[in-house]
Amino acid sequence: MKLIYEKSQAGRRASALPRHENLPPPPGLPENLRRAEPPRLPEVPEFELVRHFTELSTRNFGVDTGFYPLGSCTMKYNPRINERLAALPGFARLHPLQEEEGAQGALELMWRLQEILAEVTGLDAVSLQPAAGSQGELTGLLLVGAYFAARGETEQRRKVVIPDTAHGTNPASVTMAGYELTPVRTDARGNIDVDDLRGKVDEHTAALMLTNPSTLGLFDENIQEIERIFHEAGALMYYDGANLNAVCGISRPGDMGFDIVHINLHKTFSQPHGGGGPGGGPVAVRDIVEPFLPVPAVVQRGEGGYGLDFDRPQTIGKVRGFTGPFGVFVRSYAFLRMWGPRLREMSETAVLNANYVLARLKDAYDLPFDRLCMHEFVVSARSLKRQHGCTALDVAKRLMDYGFHPPTIYFPLIVPEALMVEPTETEARETLDAFCDAMLAIAREAVDEPELLKEAPHHRPVQRLDEVRAAKQPVVKYGFAEHPAAKGEPRVAAAADAPEGA
Amino acid sequence: MTQHPFLALTDSDREDMLGAIGVDTVHELFRDLPEAVRLGRELDLERALSEQEVFAHVAALAERNADASRELSFLGAGMYDHYVPAVVDAILQRGELLTAYTPYQPEMSQGVLQAIFEYQTAICELTGMDVSNASGYDGTSVAADACYVAKHATGRSKVVVTEATNPQVRQVVKTYAAGFGLEIVEVPHHDGTTDPDGVESAASEAAAVIFQQPNFFGCLEPAPDLVAAATEAGALPIVHADLLSLGVLEAPGRYGAALTLGEGQAAGNFTSFGGPHYGFLAARTEFIRRMPGRIVGETLDAAGERGYVLTLQTREQHIRREKATSNITTNQTLLALGGLVYLTWLGPQGLRELGEACLSLAAYAKQRLEQQAGLESMFADKTTFKEFAVRVGRNAREVVAAARERGVHPGYALGRDYEGMDDILLVAVTERRTPEEIDRLADVLAEVVAR
Repeated sequence: MKLIYEKSQAGRRASALPRHENLPPPPGLPENLRRAEPPRLPEVPEFELVRHFTELSTRNFGVDTGFYPLGSCTMKYNPRINERLAALPGFARLHPLQEEEGAQGALELMWRLQEILAEVTGLDAVSLQPAAGSQGELTGLLLVGAYFAARGETEQRRKVVIPDTAHGTNPASVTMAGYELTPVRTDARGNIDVDDLRGKVDEHTAALMLTNPSTLGLFDENIQEIERIFHEAGALMYYDGANLNAVCGISRPGDMGFDIVHINLHKTFSQPHGGGGPGGGPVAVRDIVEPFLPVPAVVQRGEGGYGLDFDRPQTIGKVRGFTGPFGVFVRSYAFLRMWGPRLREMSETAVLNANYVLARLKDAYDLPFDRLCMHEFVVSARSLKRQHGCTALDVAKRLMDYGFHPPTIYFPLIVPEALMVEPTETEARETLDAFCDAMLAIAREAVDEPELLKEAPHHRPVQRLDEVRAAKQPVVKYGFAEHPAAKGEPRVAAAADAPEGA
Repeated sequence: MTQHPFLALTDSDREDMLGAIGVDTVHELFRDLPEAVRLGRELDLERALSEQEVFAHVAALAERNADASRELSFLGAGMYDHYVPAVVDAILQRGELLTAYTPYQPEMSQGVLQAIFEYQTAICELTGMDVSNASGYDGTSVAADACYVAKHATGRSKVVVTEATNPQVRQVVKTYAAGFGLEIVEVPHHDGTTDPDGVESAASEAAAVIFQQPNFFGCLEPAPDLVAAATEAGALPIVHADLLSLGVLEAPGRYGAALTLGEGQAAGNFTSFGGPHYGFLAARTEFIRRMPGRIVGETLDAAGERGYVLTLQTREQHIRREKATSNITTNQTLLALGGLVYLTWLGPQGLRELGEACLSLAAYAKQRLEQQAGLESMFADKTTFKEFAVRVGRNAREVVAAARERGVHPGYALGRDYEGMDDILLVAVTERRTPEEIDRLADVLAEVVAR
């Protein structure tokens, strides 16, 4: 389909701005600061704008469209009430620098959300400021740094331990925070290899970063031993909350011994992911880490009001503007209030759904770790690849033809041809069965008609896309007159020379 | 207990599914959890609410806020009350876009991918840069990201930031700098703008110079001269820009910026008590492989049709892990899409008219505050865009409080961030304010200041 720029005709417009009589003309700008050439923004009438973006939406797939078992992403239903609430003028048009007295409702909502997250994580204090999980990670590691700086151990503790199953954000955050990475292996049951770990944790260790359940969808059975190893070495424990949907109301990171946790509000607590954000990555911490949290802190004042406390002498500073992505807080708060203590039922259902799908698929795909899973599981297309030349990528693309979003593929890295499936609590049994039927049918197709997989998808707006070409010859913006036409052919000279505004 | 509206399994589904798994109870599914780490009680939370109850409760909280629909507001200082057209809401509420994840599977996500490609184009057009990422968290974190780019591109470990840059941007840059191993040096302003000579000497051995245009006081910096001063010192010039000024102000790429970035809120997002918004980050081509975050590229499908994918992913954390250019995964795609819809709505003429409206209304406000309220404009010989500073002759926070009692929020008390500016108010005037509203501001300030 055409780009919006290709629908543009000089002189058209969608906006009309208010006109004020008797207002003096704009003051002149210094010549060298004045814009010389206007930006080539699209020129379309309003209905053309709506049609364009509506057509784009029909070429996209969300949870509202169908089943989206993208592992580690927790693609659950996003209640519509959340959108209505976030759009209320009292929230949407509230300025973040409004005086405390004029923002009591917003501050109270944030304070209440902090209290709920503290209870769900089993920790003492919460900062809502980080904008996403990875920023929560960086915040957590800066907190680790500030904690050891206050103890005079900055130079001594330079290492952060991360298992080989970790999300890529963990090692990236370690580097950004100025730490050295100490990788640790996974054992035959899918837990951290505790023997490998023992040799790697010492007085130079600052922290562990762990996702539990792991990206394999497995709860680490040795979590108590791991906790003992780190805390005896004087190190801190960081919990990557990407998989919190497995354990709400069942087991809390604080009870597992973690000192710092980030929570992905856009996963567990239903902030819609918006095709790549916004997210929310609050951090919850044990009392020993609280003095270092970002400023301002949202606090309850003695007389029952709420306020922002900037007076935190040991703070790491700020990782984002203001107090964080407030609209995300409104949505997650509403979601949490609609679950209350029944969050346990949410997590239990997520785990039940995952185990059911696993049980139905485990004979058709390879199973790297034969255990009950938590809220997600990893199977492998290794045998399909070896015997029939069909890869995890082929399985994923073929699933599209059956109307499902594919699982996460090729992750975690320690499982070859990995397919990571997370159904969430949302789905009905009929949906799970239809997905399992499709996965089983694809496994049979790999034997009988492998080209069906290799040439998939067949029914999407585009066929399989050439990602190598995109990276080798990067085209990252529209080239106007020089841009190739929709069919991939270079634009003919006559069209390029056509007068503008025709 | 009644069935929860967000769940689908019936009792018989559960029973069948447990049977298929080979366990008797849901409890058994959690057998890998040691007893000691289990909660063993119900979460201590208030009971689950129905939709109607949660609406009543949360709407009551919203009622307790003095937002810009209840109070005539001239508050800016980084977040602005520009009009957001209905088309933005309508498009962002399309479930196919709203409820999608990051487009890892391009054939499922052509809508959002093409939209980001169009967004990247719009950002490049506005800023005069060659490549834009798909968005960053906000206008503060993109500045920190740019420091990381500059550190690795130059091998230097100092970054210069002007004091007239948004204080929150400076604070976030300093926080990140602790991890990056960067030293941050601030250059003072002189009468509201930054002296290029001061920048050049501070920028010696620096990786980058960051300045804001228009700056935090609303004044236009001598941007081409600051860029030249940074370049002369071998530092990357980084401009923190207001997208909505770029219909009337020159594109930073045209005067030599290496990176242009900033807060996108003003273009298509509500103020929303500070977020979610989008930060934009654009650069010259030479930095394309050092860019943080997602980038969408155009390619062809198996049939030779045009299509869009996430590209240059070897920069990113899921491939490069500890060697990645940043840790960003989730960014602010939906808000950036709001920005694209908004900029499309404006078009080039609308963007210019909007810039002119801000210039006119702010000039009118400055004049009214001087003449009617008897206030002294600060930095009077400097050109301003949509925001300007005035001396109110008493503590500006008290002036804010007194004016708010009269239903007008007159602006931001600069003493909150700058020493010696306790009696200075920063007044923002967007196209959303009318001359009549500006007259009212002048009346209220005249009354409040005289007290």
